Amino acid sequence: MSVGSASLGQAVRPDGVLNADVLRADARRQALGLLALLSPGLFLVFAVIVVPIGWLFWLSLFDETGQLSPANYARFFEQASYIKTFATTFKVAFVVTGACVLFGYPLAYMLSQLPRRAASICLIFVILPFWTSVLVRTYAWLVILQRKGLINNWLIDLGVIGQPLPLANNFAGVVIGMTHIMLPFLVLPLYASMKTIDQDCLRAGMNLGASPAATFRQIFFPLSLPGLASGVVIVFVLCLGFFVTPALMGGGKVIMWAMRMEQATSLYSNWGAGAALGVVLLAVTLALLGLFQRLLGARATGVWSRR
Amino acid sequence: MSTENSLPISHWQRLWLYLLGGLVMLFLIAPSVIIVIMSFSGSTLLQFPPDEWSLRWYESYFGSVEWRDATIVSVKVAVMTAIVATPLGTAAAYAINAGTLRLSGAINALLTASLIIPVILIGIGTFFLYARIGLNNTLTGLVIAHTVQALPLVVLTVLSGLRSYDMNQEMVARSLGAGRFAAFLQVTMPQLRFSIVSGALFAFITSFDEVVVSLFISGGETTTLTRRMFNALRDQIDPTIAAISTCLIVLSIVLLSAAQLFGRGR
Repeated sequence: MSVGSASLGQAVRPDGVLNADVLRADARRQALGLLALLSPGLFLVFAVIVVPIGWLFWLSLFDETGQLSPANYARFFEQASYIKTFATTFKVAFVVTGACVLFGYPLAYMLSQLPRRAASICLIFVILPFWTSVLVRTYAWLVILQRKGLINNWLIDLGVIGQPLPLANNFAGVVIGMTHIMLPFLVLPLYASMKTIDQDCLRAGMNLGASPAATFRQIFFPLSLPGLASGVVIVFVLCLGFFVTPALMGGGKVIMWAMRMEQATSLYSNWGAGAALGVVLLAVTLALLGLFQRLLGARATGVWSRR
Repeated sequence: MSTENSLPISHWQRLWLYLLGGLVMLFLIAPSVIIVIMSFSGSTLLQFPPDEWSLRWYESYFGSVEWRDATIVSVKVAVMTAIVATPLGTAAAYAINAGTLRLSGAINALLTASLIIPVILIGIGTFFLYARIGLNNTLTGLVIAHTVQALPLVVLTVLSGLRSYDMNQEMVARSLGAGRFAAFLQVTMPQLRFSIVSGALFAFITSFDEVVVSLFISGGETTTLTRRMFNALRDQIDPTIAAISTCLIVLSIVLLSAAQLFGRGR
């Protein structure tokens, strides 16, 4: 057999081995090598996330006597306290997400319109809180908002109010604290997507006689919606499972989903109940993220990679 | 030129936007500024600005054995997390970037899962697992759990570095006789070092600031700083925490600036 008559894939080396076989073996070696690079990371994620969560899911299927039963899930529909927890959680998540859109959109819009240098300086105001401990920021809001906190002291000294306002240890406190923590999660992806909007489109709109307001409404705003959606989804999802701020600023009155999970496991050692709560929370989270990815074809984890 | 955009709208017409944006920026930064100022207060009352100044809360922080031990635990865990997570994350990013593996979407999703899975679930799950294998209240357990949480940040940071790197350079090195690993060490890594260092800094800060998982799996001798802070905040508001918070804020600023400086070298 002459080399010239064989097609490229069947080229034969002088030692008679098919070149294609060599290439295939090489590709296999390469794939194995890459897999070896991935395996330590994947193993840890598997051991610390997949295995325990799978285990918890398994536990949630059994009641206290060890019988297979839907009791852990049925409880959610039967006990008023669970229904109240879910209602509170969604209420907080909606209000915080709304507040983040209200405050975050103008800020992201301003950042996108500023000259590059000014924008990067202003961006520090978003990124620094993003990387400051959640605990530190929650403590700050406690100091500012509590009964004998800064705002109440100021207002009383100024004679505006006689009695301290209830700002912390209630719904308002949780919303304020959480809005502060979630805001960067909305602003960063929104700003990144606004930066990709071609200014020429806006210029063209204005050249054709549109007012600045009409240009914004008809051109900029619709183009910014995918970025806004990605911020909204990530903020909403993070709110649903948030623990630190409601636990410290809710004053025991605002019981959110994650706090219920902590109580079930730490306080009552009821692993089945805590696990069932966790499974539903994870299902809702993944469903929302999946829906988002389906609709927009974007990954919600983008907020951490674009900086 | 579209880098310096110039719409026919004057800055004056945009004044309302700057005011609004400025207010939101104030909302974002004010709490940290207030805490830093309050930490130098001389009284136990929450007054702003403080009437008298002192370093008593810093003395109370550094003078307390419990706070000091917790800080040492947190620093140890964060350093070890950065040491473990950085090479693992870099290796994973390299493999994902090669992009020849099937299922790379699923692999990516799994590696970044800890960013979107509710932390409380990871905390409870880890506690449950560790209870079976005796890793609760150990440094090893904390490092493993924090590594999993820091891994996605290293992967994403290094991956974004790799995206702007021309892998053909490594091919050239290999065609000149370097082994794959030698080619990576001598050609690719020096050009990626900024991303890798940034990734390591993010891993450190992720571990150092982590609260929820530590709440479940640390305790006794291995109580982390954040766990002790959380418990202290549940009881009462001790101004010592303002001093600790200030230290944490300064640490964030230092690490972020370092990451930024390294990033600029690119």
